[in-house]
Amino acid sequence: MMIDVNGAAQKINVDNLAAALEQLGWADARVATALNGRFVPVAERPNTPLATGDRLEVLAAMQGG
Amino acid sequence: MRDFYGVTLNNPLMLGTSQYPSPTVLEAAFRDSRAAVATVSLRREQGAGQAFWDLVRSLGVHILPNTAGCHSAHEAIMTAQMAREYFETDWIKLEVIGHDDSLQPDPFELVAAAEALCADGFKVFPYMTEDQVIATRLVEAGCRVLMPWGAPIGSGPGLANPYGLRSLRAAFPDLAMVVDAGLGLPSHAAQAMEMGYDAVLLNTAVAQADDPAAMARAFALAVEAGRLASGSGPMPARDMAAPSTPLIGKAWL
Repeated sequence: MMIDVNGAAQKINVDNLAAALEQLGWADARVATALNGRFVPVAERPNTPLATGDRLEVLAAMQGG
Repeated sequence: MRDFYGVTLNNPLMLGTSQYPSPTVLEAAFRDSRAAVATVSLRREQGAGQAFWDLVRSLGVHILPNTAGCHSAHEAIMTAQMAREYFETDWIKLEVIGHDDSLQPDPFELVAAAEALCADGFKVFPYMTEDQVIATRLVEAGCRVLMPWGAPIGSGPGLANPYGLRSLRAAFPDLAMVVDAGLGLPSHAAQAMEMGYDAVLLNTAVAQADDPAAMARAFALAVEAGRLASGSGPMPARDMAAPSTPLIGKAWL
């Protein structure tokens, strides 16, 4: 299915957030996630289903003031 | 001494991590400023997150994630929740922007976000204007630190409204308060500390200086001077001159 990852369309063939992160190359990465504008904690990723058209944000540390 | 949610800072200086010419210069600025707090943000992962996280942790300072760029309470709350997990801290610099040119905080969204985050256990450091009514609402929401602006972010003129900042300091004598943003020179930081503020937060003035590490050291000296002055009972200013040398005993010439 196609989902939106950090603003770009991506094709995935798994149906939960943890598996999607693994497929997208973030299996071991330290990232924070939000799905359709809602924060999803690490522990909830395996139980968070994905659907076509979902908007996934994958964030990490950045410089800030 | 007023503390920051139970934490006493060794040095009343909070320093941003943005806009430095290189990571090495960033490290030098933190070392030479002896800043006690580093502000950081969360952005879309593009491969550099882990290295930056490692760098920030190696600084050995308290980490204060921000919600920079958020324009609604919802955005700020979601960002704060992600930052708490990522940075492993319940401290959050709550920034909810209401105007793109001035980067002035939106007081309504700010208070709404502060209420939700305080109720959720966050230790909120709200970036705010020097408005006493907003301050009261933030304190009622549960904030125990306030961070009024000195001037708009990145502008550097120093304290645009000294009267307002002095009034706010007097209105909340028990709260830790930080002047955040708008400082361009060490003298601006000293002025904030002389007023009785508990710390200053800055970024651009150090990061964009020709020699960031030297400027960081200059700010460290300034906040120390200002803090000493504040605790030393500054003399009241007066309009008329008053001779400091005794007139008694002056020769009749």
